[in-house]
Amino acid sequence: MTATTDVRVRPSRSSAVPAVRRARRTRPVPQRGPNLVLGAGRLSRTLALAALAVMALIWLLPMAWAVLTSFKSEQDASDPAHWFWPQGGFTLDGFRTVIERGDLPLWMLNSFLISAAVTALTVAVSALAGYAFSRTLFRGRRWLFTVTTLSILVPPQLLIVPWFQQMLTLDLVDTYAAVILPQTVAPVMVFILKKHFDTLPRELEEAARLDGAGHARIFWSVMLPLSRPMLAAVSIFVFIGAWNNFLWPFVSTSDPSLMTLPVGITSVKDAYGVQYAQTMASAVLAALPLVLAFVFFQRHIVKSVATTGLGGQ
Amino acid sequence: MSTPLASPGRRRAADDATAGLGPRLRRVFPPGLLFALPFLVLFVLFLLWPMVQGVWMSLTDASLSAHDPSFVGLDNYTEALGDAEMWRTIWNTVWFTLVSTVPLVVVALGMALLVHTGLPGQWVWRLAFFAPYLLPVGVIGLLWGWLYQPDLGLYNHLLGAVGLDGYAWLSDESIAMYAIVIATLWWTVGFNFLLFLAALQAIPDHLYEAAALDGAGAWRRLWHVTLPQLRRITSVVTVLQILASLKVFDQVYLLTRGGPNGSTRPVVEYLYDMGFTGYRLGYASAISYVFFALIILASAVQFLALLRREK
Repeated sequence: MTATTDVRVRPSRSSAVPAVRRARRTRPVPQRGPNLVLGAGRLSRTLALAALAVMALIWLLPMAWAVLTSFKSEQDASDPAHWFWPQGGFTLDGFRTVIERGDLPLWMLNSFLISAAVTALTVAVSALAGYAFSRTLFRGRRWLFTVTTLSILVPPQLLIVPWFQQMLTLDLVDTYAAVILPQTVAPVMVFILKKHFDTLPRELEEAARLDGAGHARIFWSVMLPLSRPMLAAVSIFVFIGAWNNFLWPFVSTSDPSLMTLPVGITSVKDAYGVQYAQTMASAVLAALPLVLAFVFFQRHIVKSVATTGLGGQ
Repeated sequence: MSTPLASPGRRRAADDATAGLGPRLRRVFPPGLLFALPFLVLFVLFLLWPMVQGVWMSLTDASLSAHDPSFVGLDNYTEALGDAEMWRTIWNTVWFTLVSTVPLVVVALGMALLVHTGLPGQWVWRLAFFAPYLLPVGVIGLLWGWLYQPDLGLYNHLLGAVGLDGYAWLSDESIAMYAIVIATLWWTVGFNFLLFLAALQAIPDHLYEAAALDGAGAWRRLWHVTLPQLRRITSVVTVLQILASLKVFDQVYLLTRGGPNGSTRPVVEYLYDMGFTGYRLGYASAISYVFFALIILASAVQFLALLRREK
């Protein structure tokens, strides 16, 4: 049976479930004893801290500057003589104007709906295919998996022209479907999930099989529960990608009421001309959802990037 | 050793995914294929078919205006190969990739090494370095357009404060590309930073303990333990970064529209401009495939380089 040779079984730990639980509970280990990376020296510690602080300052400065500008009045924002501290104090006018225009909340809602749909579809479809490639036998399975893996190399930028033609033919231009559908094909996610299913121990599903469970049951009641951390990581990654995707949503929508946040917000600048405070207010609002999500779910997002970012390499 | 789960002919009846199908249908659609089917359908519809259609379109004079496309053979390709502007956009793309990849890997590595020292404030460092990656590119366009604004922007004010002349960051041909590289570094370095950080955390403690027992100081541990352990992840991050940089479009389009005088226009913008502003979908398809050839070439070179190193 050649088909089973590529299925790696982890050296058996006592049993499947505790191993997975253990993995889920793992947290960054706190430094104990003398710092093995830095050494005990006070000088190196101070130097490293200084370097970090300078870097962090450089990285935080642009965001701080945007926030500062967004709370200025238009007059103060375009006053080169008092470029740092506003003469007239801080105001919420920029935010008020942007919110009253009403399109930003709409774009946010569009972005949320579209990203959620892309994420749900991509993860569902990729998990099913990953399971098929990892755990089932059918003719052409290896060949199809090879094609899937190779197609990771195909850049979406290559496909925007034919996609657009396709949407014209299907009469889908300026619909949610046009924005969503092409984004749901993610061979790299199939690859990652297939490799992930390969690492799950087989004992549990064999027990389920003896109880008469078929593939559907095993997938739903054994594999998915065991894969929750991985599915979370993949979902976060897909969601961030869809939320920030620009080129295809930009090409496939021209109706402002269907635009996503990254696309819609670029039309703000043209609409406002030189209204810098309002422009920065909309930038700050547009940045807010994911930055807040990061503040609250930092550990999950970091883990998602770490496990998914390499594309399973 | 485990047995294959779905060996043909065994326990077919238990496969509830296909329980409703007759025996003949079950042979055509084995349960595994059914699981893969939703993906395969989308894959064919939105990847394979568009790729084929793109090739076909590149052989026609397809256009966004009304007339029916007619077959023109390889005309689009011969035109593209003789198109000086296309070569210039390819060069811009390659130049951007060369200039951006080094800092995007080196700065990310430096950040990760510093954060991994376990100094207090982990949460803040990660937020500072990674949060920009979470900003939609639309925000990058607005924010950096404002930072680089010649009369009012932050950077010229800061330069002025230390007595230096400001720059016309985005409208000076000689520096616009570097301005875009700096914005890109700020925006995306956090991604590579997290990859390095994860790799650093995976280095087993006992290596450091052994080195410490042997009397190696912090610098020698960095040089002889940490960096060698990071060699593989560094090549992988570099490969991914090169491929990502070759696909650059969004931030260039939003910051300079490819200007001044096309000096920052990448090839993806050229194909976008040809297809959607110039209405020449056929020609844009041909350029798409020239771009794809560039990606495949870069992938192949890097794959061979990685292969040689692993030997």
